[in-house]
Amino acid sequence: MTTVVFNRRTLLAGSVFVTGVFAAGVSGLLLPARAEGVAPTDSMSGGANNYRKGAPIVDRIGKGGFWMSGSVRRAGDGAPLAGQRIQIWAHTVEGQEHEPQSHGATLTDKDGAFRLEMPQIIPIFGQPHGHLAYDSGEFKTVFLRPVMRSAKETSLEAHFVLQAA
Amino acid sequence: MALIWVALAAAVGVPIAAAAMSPLLAWRGPVYILAGFAGMIALGLVLVQPLLIGGYLTPLSAYRGRRAHHWIGGALVVAVVIHVAGLWITSPPDMIDALLFSSPTPFSPFGVIAMWAIFTVALLAALRRRLGLRLRTWRMVHIPLAIVIVAGSVVHCLLIEGTMETVSKAALCALVLAAAIKVMADLWMRRKRGTLRGESIARQ
Repeated sequence: MTTVVFNRRTLLAGSVFVTGVFAAGVSGLLLPARAEGVAPTDSMSGGANNYRKGAPIVDRIGKGGFWMSGSVRRAGDGAPLAGQRIQIWAHTVEGQEHEPQSHGATLTDKDGAFRLEMPQIIPIFGQPHGHLAYDSGEFKTVFLRPVMRSAKETSLEAHFVLQAA
Repeated sequence: MALIWVALAAAVGVPIAAAAMSPLLAWRGPVYILAGFAGMIALGLVLVQPLLIGGYLTPLSAYRGRRAHHWIGGALVVAVVIHVAGLWITSPPDMIDALLFSSPTPFSPFGVIAMWAIFTVALLAALRRRLGLRLRTWRMVHIPLAIVIVAGSVVHCLLIEGTMETVSKAALCALVLAAAIKVMADLWMRRKRGTLRGESIARQ
């Protein structure tokens, strides 16, 4: 669905690198001018698959038991972005990826962090993975598709660095 | 003599039976389940093919083994079509990504390449007489494609985290590789001994 420039591994490596640069910038090891290099997160290939526009903001998707968490920051200075709507969906024990009950959204807190409880993700199409989207329009839309290290894990993280639309 | 049949039944049957007991099935729709099992059956047929053509499935005669190899080849095409169609119905965007080689899953391109190799062999086999392909030419086309099919299928299968149980899946994949290597090594040895020439003249 999305244009593929990078595969998941390079994107993951990239996001780890970005996180490292950000942490280094915060700890004062980098000059403020260098910290402007916090690169935006690119959409992952397959990230937008089975996306549904406008999933409602919910306290929890279904009966819960699994935690999706992450952060949203601004490209350049890496400032945390509060109140950003992040949409989450996956194939879980309560429904397939495309079904409405598998979708929900949440907002980031003042530190740019988000955390949403959802049903246990199970392997689908050969990998246990989740989908996340930033699609509110203020910044450029980003679709992520993080993969769990093991299907037994009960949490998953994804981090966004957004650039102006 | 019967041992090879028992071994073959176990090699294909045990992983399929183990997959049938997977807890993941509870959260899948019937079409997705069918697609998954069609893929496993296809892998089983990829094991049967070299055994048939190598004449290891006694008491089948060489002629009947070759006839069965043709029919099983057709069945392999059908199994792959069910596998791909079922996955397409289950999640169209994921299947389209795979077919366009833009899928994030590392196993997808191996499966898609094996699929095209299977379709190519089947098409050429159906047209072989019309194209007037001699045995030697046919083998020059079929053997490299068979290697692509075997290697692609095995890597595709091993990298998938799905309903198949790990040990029985790895065992089936190892046997698929072993059978393909064995039949090609035998063919090479026969050709080296020079018996091939007489054989191919007799057959043409």
